[in-house]
Amino acid sequence: MSDNSRNIIDELEKSDYKYGFVTDIDTDVIESGLSEDVVRRISEKKGEPEWMLERRLKAYRHWLTLEPPTWAHLTIPQIDFQAISYYAAPKPKKQLNSMDEVDPELKRTFDKLGIPLEEQMALAGVAVDAVMDSVSVKTTFKDTLAEKGIIFCSISEAIKEHPELVKKYLGSVVPHTDNFYAALNAAVFSDGSFCYIPKGVRCPMELSTYFRINASGTGQFERTLIVADEGSYVSYLEGCTAPQRDENQLHAAVVEIIVEKDADVKYSTVQNWYPGDKDGKGGIFNFVTKRGLCKQGAHLSWTQVETGSALTWKYPSCILLGDNSSGEFYSVAMTNNRQQADTGTKMIHIGRNTRSRIVSKGISAGLSENSYRGLVRVAKGAENARNYSQCDSLLIGDRCGAHTYPVIDCHNPSAILEHEATTSKISEEQLFYCNQRGLSTEDAVGLIVNGYAREVLAKLPMEFAVEAQKLLSISLEGSVG
Amino acid sequence: MLKVENLHASVGEKDILRGINLTVKAGEVHAIMGPNGSGKSTLASVLAGNEKFTVTQGSVEFMGEDLLPMPIEERSRKGLFLGFQYPVEIPGVSMANFMKMAVNEQRKARGEEPLSAAEYLRMMKEKSAIVELDSKLTSRAVNEGFSGGEKKKNEIFQMAMLDPKLAILDETDSGLDIDALRIVATGVTRLHTNENATVVITHYQRLLDYIVPDYVHVLYKGRIIYTGDKTLALRLEKEGYDWLINNYEE
Repeated sequence: MSDNSRNIIDELEKSDYKYGFVTDIDTDVIESGLSEDVVRRISEKKGEPEWMLERRLKAYRHWLTLEPPTWAHLTIPQIDFQAISYYAAPKPKKQLNSMDEVDPELKRTFDKLGIPLEEQMALAGVAVDAVMDSVSVKTTFKDTLAEKGIIFCSISEAIKEHPELVKKYLGSVVPHTDNFYAALNAAVFSDGSFCYIPKGVRCPMELSTYFRINASGTGQFERTLIVADEGSYVSYLEGCTAPQRDENQLHAAVVEIIVEKDADVKYSTVQNWYPGDKDGKGGIFNFVTKRGLCKQGAHLSWTQVETGSALTWKYPSCILLGDNSSGEFYSVAMTNNRQQADTGTKMIHIGRNTRSRIVSKGISAGLSENSYRGLVRVAKGAENARNYSQCDSLLIGDRCGAHTYPVIDCHNPSAILEHEATTSKISEEQLFYCNQRGLSTEDAVGLIVNGYAREVLAKLPMEFAVEAQKLLSISLEGSVG
Repeated sequence: MLKVENLHASVGEKDILRGINLTVKAGEVHAIMGPNGSGKSTLASVLAGNEKFTVTQGSVEFMGEDLLPMPIEERSRKGLFLGFQYPVEIPGVSMANFMKMAVNEQRKARGEEPLSAAEYLRMMKEKSAIVELDSKLTSRAVNEGFSGGEKKKNEIFQMAMLDPKLAILDETDSGLDIDALRIVATGVTRLHTNENATVVITHYQRLLDYIVPDYVHVLYKGRIIYTGDKTLALRLEKEGYDWLINNYEE
């Protein structure tokens, strides 16, 4: 390895988290620790109906019987679940009716993040349900969506306003018994988004939510529920950047998507939680359960760009229950410094003629560990199932790790399953070629990485793709050779 | 423009360049010939700043500045261009995008504003015509899936885009069929002016039918052992290098 590459890697390790700032807002925090009493208080603070409290308590009691999973290729420090505060909400002074009423400090935070919550939104045609420390602050475009019968609101609001939908679908794809973190989320989830697209409706705009962790030392437990009724279509975007913190913060979200007959859902994420400093201090622990259920002829596409978090444990999956349903998973996971990511997908083929496609691009730099973990299961009755998987790894430097754990579990002989995998490095020759054309090594690395990830980035909605490209470059910032 | 004095360079323990002296002035065309392994490509790489090689002795002055301490990209921005013998593939990065970044870096170095999309497209169209480069190629990934001929045309296209002071073309003629050779060589000639200079590294005289050199140098064992005019290339074609090598003593 040349000095040049060594310098890049050293510089990469020095690049600071660009979005590391803390907003000074009055926050309402429940003291740390978890007990039935805390679960009750969360439910009470949110003014929830009795049935919701019962569900939370049931999940909490189940959680007590579980142990955190240890099978991932992650070195997870002991998490003291009693040292975490399970609820933090910016103190609402009163019900908000317009942007002018939003806390100016909060608005400044959003401005720093470049989140256009005001008129820009109308121009961009994006409706944002801005979530900050668990409570929805403001939902825009509700009226436009309401005309089409689309419901897009915070999950808390949905529990109150649309209990029949929430009761029917919440926990139907990711039950509280699913795993340790899903149980925890079901017990203490603070807020999140709810989206319902009625039969045959094509959602006229990209729906997006921005998440941020703000209050120090509070875990964030988002709950997202998306229901696309028969023949409907929605493109849902979720993106986040979190401010810099010293102590580790726990994030255990659950996203459930129900794709009814012939419906089509496209779910895109750009995740940039604070990854910790170059020595691995601080940073978000991100344990996420995301899963979608596809009925007959339904289609679900997951696209994710993961650049943040100290620890990522995340496997957006598709259950292809209905005949002729299809699922896709496009992922770019980038790790740097001492970040660890164990991410991938599960494609469960149950219906006949079901199809799935997996394109995973891992990028490892610094001393990071990046794993792809995937399962393609073809059930006995899944005649003519097809899967294509492609898992590529790109290494920057020689001190990082890339691992792939693809599992194929096939119970039907008519299935056609393909798996391709490559591992590559940014070559000295590529860098020399770019340098010779006048590009700095930093720009060259950014260019090569973006080129490598292009197939996945191209799946993102336009404005998100630009943001994601920037994010990949930001993660490589300060890498002048 | 370029003044190389007593340049020595090595890779690992092996000395490859062992005292190169070469002066190139604006408006000149130099050809460097020589048997395989004599150090021709190494000379090109060292001038471009490839870190694979270590300069152990000597000096290089380019446009009145000391070239050797400059980083690779700095040399490029000052107007040094290397046409690669084996152009590198960069998957997923379109040629158009790659060149846009490169062109704007050069402009930035000269204190100019980046080109607008329209200006850039016009420029790309104009320059790709010089080497009859299929315009579809510019939307494809850099060198990926290009044929041998396309890769070499693409190098000259990039040279046209970047408009260098000094272009060093490393075996740009290798692997080209007769038509492609004509196109590439004519392209290089069209780009030549009194303000710039070209150094072509080649094995074959036929390239020099198009790109007529002012000087022909023979490189052997890391040194320029003979310099002549264009007729030297013709003689080498006929007689080979033996008559030079046999007379050469270290």
